[in-house]
Amino acid sequence: MPKNLLNPNKWIDLYADYLFNYTISRVNDREIAQDLVQDTFLAALKSMKNFKGEANERTWLISILKRKIIDYYRKINSNKGKAEIRITSNNDSETDGDWLEERVADPFDKTAEDTMQNTELGEAIFNCLAKLPEKQAEVFRMKTIEGIETEDICNELNITASNLWVIIHRARTAMSSCLKENWF
Amino acid sequence: MNKKFRIGISCHEANHVCDKSQYKESTFWEKVKLNIHLLYCKACREYTNANSKLTAAISDSKVTCMDKNSREYLKNEFNKALDDDSLSK
Repeated sequence: MPKNLLNPNKWIDLYADYLFNYTISRVNDREIAQDLVQDTFLAALKSMKNFKGEANERTWLISILKRKIIDYYRKINSNKGKAEIRITSNNDSETDGDWLEERVADPFDKTAEDTMQNTELGEAIFNCLAKLPEKQAEVFRMKTIEGIETEDICNELNITASNLWVIIHRARTAMSSCLKENWF
Repeated sequence: MNKKFRIGISCHEANHVCDKSQYKESTFWEKVKLNIHLLYCKACREYTNANSKLTAAISDSKVTCMDKNSREYLKNEFNKALDDDSLSK
């Protein structure tokens, strides 16, 4: 198996959004996610010599990020001094919830599962986005995910509107066939 | 057949309108023309389906990414660290 190499110069462009999205679905706060991603990149830079070349670059970065997220939760828990579980947390009314059976999760409430699926879908989207040519990925990201106006993108990247729509069209075609294979 | 006498629009235009409507940027008349085109063009129907599926998937997944300022900031910080690192070697 060929050894994987690290190329830190391209890390931010290639992985920053992926890592950010991964973090935000786990910590739910933009500021904290931002800090964690930055910590991850800096820590990765420091421990580059420990990289054995067995894993893919992104997998390696994610494994560092996971540690950082765990550390973050550990820290906030020790700040509070305790992590306690209270079984009588929703005892606002007199009659409801007296029986333990009434407190179990509602089987028809699928929100947790939905969130999980959405996280996976987000990862699938970023995987597909990484396969696009750089320019297409950039335009698609700005237009679709960040939701920037057409005019602003054109000004910033110095392209015409029709040029932009051609890029968008190609990106959308590639994205839907990629997601068709991996998701739908 | 002369282009003038064709009812509606070409596939190329139809796809363009379809792309635009994914971002709610198409006009009412463009949408009417697109829908007329879709009545008789299977290929464009497929494209439109795939396209709206993609839009729905992206809005469902609630993907997000860094805003421009924080990305620049991150880049600067990282490049600084990168320089320090290469100097120290």
